[in-house]
Amino acid sequence: MTTPMPDLECDALTKRFGSATAVDNVSFTVPAGSFFSILGPSGCGKTTIMRMIAGFLEPSSGDIRIKGRSVLDVPPNKRPVNMVFQHLALFPMMNIADNIGYGLRRKGMAKAEIARKVDEALDRIGLPGIGARQVDELSGGQKQRVAIARCMVLEPDVLLLDEPLGALDLKLREHMKVELKALQAAFDTTFVYITHDQSEALVMSDRIAVMNAGRFEQMGTARDLYYRPQTAFVAGFVGDANRWQGRVTRAEGEALEVKTDGGLILRAISPGRKLPVGDRAEVFVRPEAIRLAEDSAQLSHFDTQISGHVATILFNGAASRVIVMDATGAEIEVALPQSGEFAHLTRGAGVHIGWSGDQGNAFAVARP
Amino acid sequence: MRAGQKLGLILLLTPLLLWLSLLIIIPHIDLFLLSLRERVGVRQYETGLANYTTILTEPLYMVTFARTAMMSILATVLTLLIAFPVSYYIAKMARGRARSVLFLMCLVPFWVSELVRTFGWMILLRESGVISGLLQWAGLAAGPVEMLYNDAAMMVGLVYTSMLFMVVPLVTTLDSLDDAVIEAGYDLGGSGPSILREIVIPHAMPGIVSGSIVVFMLSLGNYLTPTMLGGKDSLWFTQMIYSQFIVRFNWELGAAFGFMLLILSSLIVWAVLRLTGQTLEKTMG
Repeated sequence: MTTPMPDLECDALTKRFGSATAVDNVSFTVPAGSFFSILGPSGCGKTTIMRMIAGFLEPSSGDIRIKGRSVLDVPPNKRPVNMVFQHLALFPMMNIADNIGYGLRRKGMAKAEIARKVDEALDRIGLPGIGARQVDELSGGQKQRVAIARCMVLEPDVLLLDEPLGALDLKLREHMKVELKALQAAFDTTFVYITHDQSEALVMSDRIAVMNAGRFEQMGTARDLYYRPQTAFVAGFVGDANRWQGRVTRAEGEALEVKTDGGLILRAISPGRKLPVGDRAEVFVRPEAIRLAEDSAQLSHFDTQISGHVATILFNGAASRVIVMDATGAEIEVALPQSGEFAHLTRGAGVHIGWSGDQGNAFAVARP
Repeated sequence: MRAGQKLGLILLLTPLLLWLSLLIIIPHIDLFLLSLRERVGVRQYETGLANYTTILTEPLYMVTFARTAMMSILATVLTLLIAFPVSYYIAKMARGRARSVLFLMCLVPFWVSELVRTFGWMILLRESGVISGLLQWAGLAAGPVEMLYNDAAMMVGLVYTSMLFMVVPLVTTLDSLDDAVIEAGYDLGGSGPSILREIVIPHAMPGIVSGSIVVFMLSLGNYLTPTMLGGKDSLWFTQMIYSQFIVRFNWELGAAFGFMLLILSSLIVWAVLRLTGQTLEKTMG
């Protein structure tokens, strides 16, 4: 025994609907007590994976193991897995205490014991004494917590969460992200979370799998995905990025020089991927990796430097951006620092931008 | 502008008020007054409760009265038991085209008149009918089998006639139950029967109650089915009203019968609503 038993293992999981493959040979393991997210655009197959783990769908091939035991022939109501549904699916015909106690009643637990456990769960989620209320008397965030408590009283090995924050407004969603992470730590249970919202995944997860068209593109920590994307899809999907297509004009190991179709000369890296001279490449540079300066001397240490003028200022508080247009007419999105030095920047003003080559991620363009 | 709005409101309300007053309120007041009149001689009348005492003291009337109520309740329960799985299938399991086709199939029998529909059962069930013929052909019966003119045949007719009025409200309420709620029930350890009992039926309760009320009233007030399919022992209360008005020409007693039926149906509906904790607004809204 070298490593402790993982809570959840999916092995070569595949699901076909007719001739369409929704989930294509996906394997992953989730260690006990961790927060694992599957991030992907809608229709990528992430919900299908979740429904297979919960037992509502049968995989076409592959295996699902929970604490080392295959659960393929275990029906959903017997699996040690519970699910928080997208629209929560609280039982509107029951009050809060009955909602939370539902699973315990089904287990045939004594009434007094159920009442005690329900009270305990309500304390845990910070909503003591609301047991007698009806579901529709609760706010969105409270319902969220009740939905989690309803699963957690059953002490599942794995809790599945299917985009549960989707229905909340922005402010509450930000708050619930922190809260969910805290609840996960408090219950010390393995969470598997699926979402299309990258910020939810990045903030909460220990590990994230980025999924596209039925396959996992990359699996890793939030930092891995953000700083070292392994595929063009991940680079484009996680975080924002300027993207250019062009041709490799020089290659020294991992460092490349790329001439874009618009005529821009860029430096980039391609760690672990071979990109010979003459190949088509796609380069991703994050707006926040680009330095903005009024004087080109401040950028002398950067190997990619461009001069241009401000085409548009997109003011959005901390996430403000400037669109810089260079001499060739290419538009580059640059993060606008809120430290005050660019507070007077106006449209049409001349600016210099630069970034270091290792901030540009180059990928081979797939040939059709 | 104001006057125009007022005129519009009056014009919109007129048909409703006319319908209510001319067809519901005035006839019932007249019927009520008629039921309080007792005939003491030729063209001589007195006001009193004699018609009602006649009903209460005459065993045949009371037996028929109670029988009609019990049979209507039984018909309602049977309709519910048959319609519920059908509705559940249509609302929750059938998808797309199959769903519309199934729903249409429930509706098709109602394209022909009730008379023709009931006559269809007579063709099937009578001594020289299809089922009797089949049984003889298969050697299961020695001679012609008469399946008409008994309570069972009448019950079949009543349930068949009422089915749609149960299916429609049930499909509507079951449709509004989110599939995820049923899945959540399974996910949290519920089994089929417990989910039916704790989640599906409580959710469908308004539909069950409104469907039952409609079916019960239709059965209670049905005249054609008991007359055509029922036997000589299957006297229905509406038949007694008919015979008082048309055969016996005793409008006073007929009116009293009519009022008894109204009171009976109101009482039973009220009791059902109380028992199930539903309100009329909730079930009909």
